[in-house]
Amino acid sequence: MSALRILVPVKRVIDYAVKPRVNKAQTAVETAGVKHSMNPFDELSVEESVRIREKKRAPGGVEDICAISAGPAKAQDILRTAMAMGADRAIHVDVKEGDDLEPLTVAKLLKKAAEEEKSNLVILGKQSIDDDSNQTGQMLAGLLGWPQATQASKVEFGEGDSVTVTKEVDGGVETIRAKLPMIITTDLRLNEPRYASLPNIMKAKKKKLDKKTLTDFGLDNEKRLKVLKVTEPAARQGGGKVEDVDGLIGKLKELGAL
Amino acid sequence: MFALLRKSWSRQAVGLIPQTNANHGAVGRNQLLSTLAILEQREGQLNQGSLNAFTAAKQLRGTIHGFLAGSNVSAAAQEAAKVEGIEKIIKVESSTYEKGLPETYAPLLVENIKKGNYTHVIAGHTAFGKNLLPRVAALLDSQQISDVTVIENDKTFVRPIYAGNAIATVESSDSIKVITIRGTAFTTVTPGAGSAVIVDGVDPKADTSAEWVSEDLAKSDRPDLGTASRVVSGGRGLKSREEFDKVMLPLADALGAAVGASRAAVDSGYADNSLQVGQTGKVVAPELYMAVGISGAIQHLAGMKDSKVIAAINKDADAPIFQVADVGLVGDLFEKVPELTEKLQSS
Repeated sequence: MSALRILVPVKRVIDYAVKPRVNKAQTAVETAGVKHSMNPFDELSVEESVRIREKKRAPGGVEDICAISAGPAKAQDILRTAMAMGADRAIHVDVKEGDDLEPLTVAKLLKKAAEEEKSNLVILGKQSIDDDSNQTGQMLAGLLGWPQATQASKVEFGEGDSVTVTKEVDGGVETIRAKLPMIITTDLRLNEPRYASLPNIMKAKKKKLDKKTLTDFGLDNEKRLKVLKVTEPAARQGGGKVEDVDGLIGKLKELGAL
Repeated sequence: MFALLRKSWSRQAVGLIPQTNANHGAVGRNQLLSTLAILEQREGQLNQGSLNAFTAAKQLRGTIHGFLAGSNVSAAAQEAAKVEGIEKIIKVESSTYEKGLPETYAPLLVENIKKGNYTHVIAGHTAFGKNLLPRVAALLDSQQISDVTVIENDKTFVRPIYAGNAIATVESSDSIKVITIRGTAFTTVTPGAGSAVIVDGVDPKADTSAEWVSEDLAKSDRPDLGTASRVVSGGRGLKSREEFDKVMLPLADALGAAVGASRAAVDSGYADNSLQVGQTGKVVAPELYMAVGISGAIQHLAGMKDSKVIAAINKDADAPIFQVADVGLVGDLFEKVPELTEKLQSS
């Protein structure tokens, strides 16, 4: 089996525990001064890559784990986190603050990166918790012409570059098999990401972080979608509480729900 | 410069569709809109929920075709053809497409989309649609719009972002608009007296690079979670799988409801993954959503806050779920739910 060269795209997003607020101009969600961290699904991708190496799960071994992120200078923080978790090196593609890339552009960028880095496995999160698109991995697979296994909850390696992936689907799970090179996107139950230890955070500072721009990949930040406005969702008003079960049934009947 | 060249080249590559060139006026544009709605099937059975793609397509006011592929899809195609207002159902009968593997299904769709000169392609934001459509969009060089809840016009769409904490309105400049829709945001269609013609689609017979191995689906006699009109959902407050089943299942049966669960309940092993309601699970919008022992975290609310009526039973009077519930009952669920179940059964 080929040695694995894993590419792990990670995205810096507003921390999952923060309740996002729409800005006054209704053009976007307020990001200034808001806590950001690595997209939770991307933590799963980094963790899985590192576990494949540590547990020697791939017969051909793991030759390289490269984290990549496109975003403002602060995206380097999450690349350092990925390296502290066990990634060998990182690539930062500098994009101006607030000038977000659309998934199709990210997929085009990752295609070039995967080719340049001679990756044979790309592990992405199933979706980012800011845009909630759930597209990049599938788009990348399409552009590269590689097989894809989305929403993975289990990944196993076999002989002859074969990879068996259990995926979460509506109503249960589905198992598929494909050959390297391939694309996997992670679902929540794949693993539990580790916390980076202090010594590993220190070590990560010495790991290689390449800085690039979109132009280096022959791309520009082309926008196909124009955001016309961003608004708060219609607020729901709590209807108050009732004293007992009879009160609950009575209220539900009154609301026409029973 | 290089980037610019690339851009115009890629634009040209997808500019196969003459009517979408922007120099057409608004008048007459509607006649030129044509939508392909991707329908889902399993072992020859049409997934009724996927017909909601027709509801979305009708809002675009152009011609509408449906698409179905699999081992044995004739009966499902005939059923879909009875939906009123649909012109044509394209079917591709081949075991290659039975499991919906995107490695073969995406090239199949791309061929049929190009042949039909569609301006819009719509599928549900389901496991099938999420897996397949972005691959199709990339092959068409189109930026997909995911989980659309409102279609404002042929190029303007509304979709929730940040787990439903913000609502974005976006305008697409792509010549082929590829969208997935949130099923619960569009009214259900039932086959009626329609008489769409059924034709065989083109089959590019692409080589597959992936194979389907097996599946393990939860069997249930209860309504399907995604489309049920009533849902009862249990959280961490249920304490164990045994208690979950003992408390929640009779309540579900008394209400004729589907069973859901919070991520906390799923992660603790009280309920199957497939029952999870939330940003990372299913999004539901039933007539009645009853949350039992669920605190109401952001990620859970994202999956149910469009329900018509929300009821909550929780022992913590300050739980955030009460801020969105139309009716709340503070109390021990192990007492209140059996009492409720009994009173519902006897009424």
